[in-house]
Amino acid sequence: MIELKDIAITKGGRQILHDINLRIPDNEFVAITGPNGSGKSTLAKIMMGIEKPDSGMILMDGKDITDLTIPQRAAQGIAFAFQAPVSFKGITVRRLMELASKKELSKSEVCNYLSKVGLCANNYLSREVNSSLSGGELKRIEIASVLARHASVSIFDEPEAGIDLWSFKNLIDVFGELRAECNGSIVVISHQERILNIADRVVLLEDGTIKDVIKQGEKYSLFTDQIRCCKC
Amino acid sequence: MESNKDSMIDKAEARDSSNDVDVRLLDTILASKSLKDDKGLETGAHSLRKNGLSVELKSTPNVRIEKKEDHPGIDVFVRDDTPLEFVHVPVIITKGGFDDVVYNDFHIGRNAHAIIVAGCGIHNDDACNAQHDGIHRFFLDEGADVQYVENHYGEGEGSGERILNPETDVHLGKGAVLRMEMVQIKGVDSTVRTTNAELDDNATLLVTEKIMTSQKQSAKTIFNVKLNGKDSKCQVTSRSYAIDDSSQKFISNIEGNAKCFAHVECDAIIRDHGKVTSEPAITANDVDANMIHEAQIGKIAGEQLVKLMTLGLSEKEAEKEIINGFLA
Repeated sequence: MIELKDIAITKGGRQILHDINLRIPDNEFVAITGPNGSGKSTLAKIMMGIEKPDSGMILMDGKDITDLTIPQRAAQGIAFAFQAPVSFKGITVRRLMELASKKELSKSEVCNYLSKVGLCANNYLSREVNSSLSGGELKRIEIASVLARHASVSIFDEPEAGIDLWSFKNLIDVFGELRAECNGSIVVISHQERILNIADRVVLLEDGTIKDVIKQGEKYSLFTDQIRCCKC
Repeated sequence: MESNKDSMIDKAEARDSSNDVDVRLLDTILASKSLKDDKGLETGAHSLRKNGLSVELKSTPNVRIEKKEDHPGIDVFVRDDTPLEFVHVPVIITKGGFDDVVYNDFHIGRNAHAIIVAGCGIHNDDACNAQHDGIHRFFLDEGADVQYVENHYGEGEGSGERILNPETDVHLGKGAVLRMEMVQIKGVDSTVRTTNAELDDNATLLVTEKIMTSQKQSAKTIFNVKLNGKDSKCQVTSRSYAIDDSSQKFISNIEGNAKCFAHVECDAIIRDHGKVTSEPAITANDVDANMIHEAQIGKIAGEQLVKLMTLGLSEKEAEKEIINGFLA
């Protein structure tokens, strides 16, 4: 379980997040949504340790992890998929999966992760994770690298960004499977209604604070209106 | 008489398989991930040069290796239609005070297929410099296909520098293909690497160069390529890593003199006070010449480090992983 207590952060004189209190129990699928600039990505990065809050506390299974570094949080079982995947000249898809898994992987093991995101291992195993891959391919590999972590808390920052329509359908299936199989929590930053639909809870951020938390099936039409309103 | 003298010197300088330095140098410069089926020096055609002298020479039915009469060095002849044969031509220097120049010519027959593994390893514990300048010429007949792998490596505690100045002249006949993989692993104080190439119709030259420099080392590479033949192709990929106070310079002069394609890519990662210069020159002398140059120089991107750290690597482990991949 990961818990955020009174998290606040200011960047460039602007308060990005304040009064954030959120508890995500084990095995829960939480979607965080809200208008652009509402602080969603910053919140995700604070959970991973990529950004440091000015105040507040982050607990993992009751243990204070606020001051832990990124690799220390990874060791605690937190994984993170970037909105804009990073490319590497020289690091192959297979190597990236092995780094994520912390062990050497057989072809069939890599194939297992890649097939979950709709990629055929034969075409990608020895390819470098570089700009010769399309944005959609990089995104799927990024998600596969998080699946390979088998983390207690898996955070996905706008996984649908940069993915084409065909890939998006597969992406929904990936999260559906992950939800069914996963023993940990899933946190997805998303604008996509179909992702919000499969979440146990949807957290609505607005102006850096939690505006509403909706359980699956609750107040859905109102919630949709709220999002539309926020975007106006 | 000359032959006896050579024989006596050869015995004194011969490769010593119980000598750690010889073994380490050879293992390092002959190691290559792309050569998984290679059986090394023992079974194939080879020429081993140590401390300025030829100490082992072996030919096979398809590959004839002969010592040159007028210069130090060898001629390697690969017969027409040879299906695939390995040729090893390593050089090791285990002491200072050497300025060794060697002339090696490779004559590759029509439709022959060969993998040539070259390179130089220098161990210098002396105060004097140890230098090796390999002057290589490649003559590939029509349809020949050659992979050339060259590793350079230096080590030793002496104050004498380890210097390597290879020069490579390439002549590619119609439809010939030459893949050059050139790696400077570490420990070379100064190097100037010059490659000159001329390509006939449908010939292809693929060059991958990876150089690491540290301390006050310097490396300069020059590629002069003339795409003279119709539909000839050239791709040069240079990856360099310069740390401490080291410096590197990459110069490419590619001429498109016919309908052809050229792609030159120079990527460099710098750290500390490392310096890298890229001087591209692509000249299209034919309206159908298609030529591209890309260059990127900078330190390791922060987001690359962060991504690997989210997988559990420390910052140092992440940096090492990125560099290992970049130079792999």
